[in-house]
Amino acid sequence: MSSAAHSSHKSSPELLLQLAGITKKFGPLIANDAIDLTVHKGEIVALLGENGAGKTTLMNILFGHYVADEGTVTVTNRDGSLELLEPGAPQAALDAGIGMVHQHFTLAENLSGLDNIVLGTEPIFRLRRDRTAARTKLADLMSGSGLNVDLDQPVHKLTVGEKQRVEILKALYRDARLLVLDEPTAVLTPQEADSLFVILRQLAATGLSVIIIAHKLAEVLAVSHRIAVLRGGKKVGEMQTSDADHRSIAELMVGREVPVSRRTERVPGAPVLRLSDVTIDRGDARRSLHGVSLTACEGEILGIAGVSGNGQAALAQLLAGLDKPDSGTVEIFEAIVTKFDAHKFARNGIARIPEDRHHDGMVGSMSVAENIAIEDVRSKDYQKFGFLDFAAIRKRAEQAIKDYDVRCPGPDAPARLLSGGNIQKLILARVLEKSPKLILANQPSRGLDVGAQSEVHRRLLEARQNGAAVILISEDLDELLTISDQIVVIHAGHVSKAIPTDAIDRSELGLMMAGQTKTDTPQAQTSNTIHPGETP
Amino acid sequence: MIRFEPRTNPGPILVYGVPVFAAIFAILLAAIPLALAGAPIMDAYGLMITGAFGSVFSTSEMLTRATPLILTGLAAAIAFRAKLWNIGAEGQLYMGAMAAVVVGTGVIDGPSWVMIPAIMIAGALAGALMLIGPTLLKTRMGVDEVVTTLLLNFIVLLFVQMMLEGALKDPMSMGWPQSEPIIDSAILPPLLERMRVHLGLIIALVAASGLAVFVKRTVWGFEIRAVGENAAAAKFSGISVTKTMILVAALSGGLAGLAGVSEVAGTRGYLATDLSPGYGYAGIVVAMLARLSPVGVIISALFVASVFVGADSMSRAIGVSSYLADLIVAMSLLCVLIGGFLTRFKVRFDRKKTAG
Amino acid sequence: MEIIDILLAASFWEAAIRIATPLIFGVLGALVCERAGVLNLGIEGIFTAGAMAGWMAVWLGAGLWGGVLVAALAGGFFGLIHAILTVPLGLSQHVSGIGVTLLATSLSYFTYRTALPDVSSPPRIIPFQPLDIPILSDLPFIGQALFSQTAMTMLALVLVFVTGWVLYRTPLGLAIRAVGDNPSSVEAQGLSVYGLRIGAVVVGSAMMALGGAFLTMSAFDAFFFGMINGRGWVCIALTVFASWRPGKALIGALLFGAFDAFQVRLQTEVGAYFPSQVFLMMPYILSIIALIVVARKADYPKALLVPWFKGQR
Repeated sequence: MSSAAHSSHKSSPELLLQLAGITKKFGPLIANDAIDLTVHKGEIVALLGENGAGKTTLMNILFGHYVADEGTVTVTNRDGSLELLEPGAPQAALDAGIGMVHQHFTLAENLSGLDNIVLGTEPIFRLRRDRTAARTKLADLMSGSGLNVDLDQPVHKLTVGEKQRVEILKALYRDARLLVLDEPTAVLTPQEADSLFVILRQLAATGLSVIIIAHKLAEVLAVSHRIAVLRGGKKVGEMQTSDADHRSIAELMVGREVPVSRRTERVPGAPVLRLSDVTIDRGDARRSLHGVSLTACEGEILGIAGVSGNGQAALAQLLAGLDKPDSGTVEIFEAIVTKFDAHKFARNGIARIPEDRHHDGMVGSMSVAENIAIEDVRSKDYQKFGFLDFAAIRKRAEQAIKDYDVRCPGPDAPARLLSGGNIQKLILARVLEKSPKLILANQPSRGLDVGAQSEVHRRLLEARQNGAAVILISEDLDELLTISDQIVVIHAGHVSKAIPTDAIDRSELGLMMAGQTKTDTPQAQTSNTIHPGETP
Repeated sequence: MIRFEPRTNPGPILVYGVPVFAAIFAILLAAIPLALAGAPIMDAYGLMITGAFGSVFSTSEMLTRATPLILTGLAAAIAFRAKLWNIGAEGQLYMGAMAAVVVGTGVIDGPSWVMIPAIMIAGALAGALMLIGPTLLKTRMGVDEVVTTLLLNFIVLLFVQMMLEGALKDPMSMGWPQSEPIIDSAILPPLLERMRVHLGLIIALVAASGLAVFVKRTVWGFEIRAVGENAAAAKFSGISVTKTMILVAALSGGLAGLAGVSEVAGTRGYLATDLSPGYGYAGIVVAMLARLSPVGVIISALFVASVFVGADSMSRAIGVSSYLADLIVAMSLLCVLIGGFLTRFKVRFDRKKTAG
Repeated sequence: MEIIDILLAASFWEAAIRIATPLIFGVLGALVCERAGVLNLGIEGIFTAGAMAGWMAVWLGAGLWGGVLVAALAGGFFGLIHAILTVPLGLSQHVSGIGVTLLATSLSYFTYRTALPDVSSPPRIIPFQPLDIPILSDLPFIGQALFSQTAMTMLALVLVFVTGWVLYRTPLGLAIRAVGDNPSSVEAQGLSVYGLRIGAVVVGSAMMALGGAFLTMSAFDAFFFGMINGRGWVCIALTVFASWRPGKALIGALLFGAFDAFQVRLQTEVGAYFPSQVFLMMPYILSIIALIVVARKADYPKALLVPWFKGQR
């Protein structure tokens, strides 16, 4: 039984998957609004859209984690017949040959790659596992696709890139006909991303279909055959990649003029933060720093570029006052720091914006007002003889809510009711109100939509204008290139020399992030060329 | 298909009502074991009520039992607020009682306004130290405090037994292992003539009010709440998690120690190994029924005490095992847990949706 | 030297293995629950329930193996309560466990008292007898120490092997290990997180109950109030010490049993110099020390104590 052939696709017109009229609401929020999407055999479709556009929700419906309120998913079976996919059942999706690689990997860290791949593929009450057959099949898959990885290592020892390969092999092992990848390049260097795309193209040529969820235009244009754009829950555009161009897609994605924050010229002042040959050794290469030296000056934003897991966590802990160096010195405000204490840092002009705002940035059951005041409850402004001054705390919260446009039911509402963007605004209100001289911003706009991201940038630039030094740790190259004055690259715990943003080249940045540096820096010279995906 | 939907705004009726409904439901559930034991159900309930409230004497008995329960309930409440799972209140109680005996059986003497505070301080200190140890093991070395505090209960009980047969033994007790009596000036005086309810009740009520103010209105209470809810965020914002936990341990252990002082210097007059019929463990139920609120602890302690005293009385009258009380208390803990869940989530029954 | 004499006696090891048996059941049960991600503090109460239910079934005529079955069912019942509260409802595993212990204990005591109201000394049953296996029981040393144990001890040893096999060599075991590490990994492969966790807790609790049943149906022959005396809690400590592995659980339980048997014999040698309580305290102190020793390196199942809800990413 043949289905309608789309003659636009060269290699194979055979329809594999059809989503029709998918609608999903979460309370008043319409996450997906009557979305149609088709995928053909051997086709790579990019699903593009800003954060919150509805891409992940749509894919979660496809994979059975959510149930759509309206609409159907039809799959062409291996024998050619069409079948409605049972909603809300991951097992049905797996049986239909749909495999999903989530943005946050679903791997059991203490088990090996082989175990993770084989999990759930054998009848559960069988008396023995058949590891030999699995290994044989995987050996074939690995050589056929180019996805090489050590299957016997416990997963927590693998690099992020290797873990991703395990995830893809998981799907291929289950004879996936459709592979869905959710933001696969978020955790890869540009070079690693390129390797992935080569592999995907190869797999597509053998008949595998791919849906790749992304929000970065350049990558999407490089790998896909067709692009679908989502915005605000609706599908607003669809085209062959060969017919697409940057500008039209960007307009479809964003839909309105968003003011792009621009830095104004500012001459940096005195050094506010200076790390000299700082080493932190925590055993794990990803949480260590080796002989790091950097300087941040008044009125300057120093961007720290790097793929997650190269030592940013150690640097962030250090600057937040939660850890101390094993050797080397840290000077803040031109005085050597002897006591690394979060409370002391917070009370002395250092603003810290945590990477994980839910985990480290707020206490959900406490009120908005209490969360705003949390760093300062011991100060004389908010307590007397140990008794809290609720009036003062409330007053500050009301002011902050107004100034920073924190959308919430009120200062006494529990903070867990706030959306991600508003939590970030709360955190900004908490730390920026005190006119800090040094700001640590760790992935400040991760997970936020364009509007919220723009707001974060505006605040950081404003602080910079007022003379603060900002350390911006980010995986988002666009963000770094837009607002930083200088950029350093962190890789495997080493930090490069600072390069003025205007003088930097995106691909060179990518190379440095992968450890293949061209720039002459003392630290870089000691490290050999490292292949993407490896850690030293 | 059953689905749970989070409630955004549980009203006060639900929040405060749940413990009450849980308690009532547990009492009603007791009808099943009563029936299986062949007892006349309505009579049994009637006897329980008169047993707890039927006379001035029984009410005083109930209040006497409630006194240590308020204190161990407060101990559990403040610890659980900080996610410090103190299951060792029983051991801390006994250590507090022992400290009171060491100080209060004649080693020093003085007027009541010196002696009573002295034994209270000694008892609270002993209880506090008992919990600070396991807490340090948890913060420094990641040793789970549930097991350590539990095992310490058994160790302490054996230790007390040992001391009562040896160093602390009362030479005039005709062979029974018990301590010398607390001297008159250190005794917590009765509140009513010829009744057993004593000053310990007032101490417990003061402790409850003090703890309520402390948790809600002070800096330290703020930090305890933050650490209990999200220790990572508290740490990030500069709160010292270790210092907070030690403070909580001192408070919790100290309150349990005070329960021991109250029993030994108010109810019993001397220390024996059967001083506490499980007040430490019952305190956990008291705290959970009170939803970890210090003021709520007073009410739930009264409830649990009534159940025990009422069941004792009923047991003597119609021969049903007084373990029924333990059963009711255990069921009310599980009921309040489920009730707490229902406060936060609505239960929805959906037909499996076939889209389109 | 007296100590060496004690250690070389077959009767010593016979006692050690006997004392270790309830701990073997308990630690196996606890580690199955915890491997799946659920801490089961109901163990002390489940031990009590197993002891009472098993004994009473025998006393009412069910036969010894009937009693074992009843004990396992009782354990599974209380395990199911704990599982439902902690897995789909996601309530505090600590509080639920304590609640189950209180419930199981009070229910056991109440039932026993109601069934046997006026007894001055607890009635007795005919317990499991020491085995008399042709050839094996007559071997020197090991014949007495191992092959003259009761059938329940043999069952415990078999269970060690079975648990190890299932955990490491079957798809079910792989799934259980995965669900305690990262439940999302299991869900993504189409398996039911709830089903695996609830199943593990129920089965683990049934094993725990056998530990209690051993006390009333094999080691002794009657049910006493307070007879469990903290053994359940000791098992929780030993589970950490055993790194959640059945083989190490056996070793840990045996070491503990040996220590306990040793302290009893030590009492007869030097008991004049120390109060008896010092010796009785030692097992508990040893458990705490064992916990401290392994705490640093303890490789807790990653998802232990973390509630998991369907649909969370």
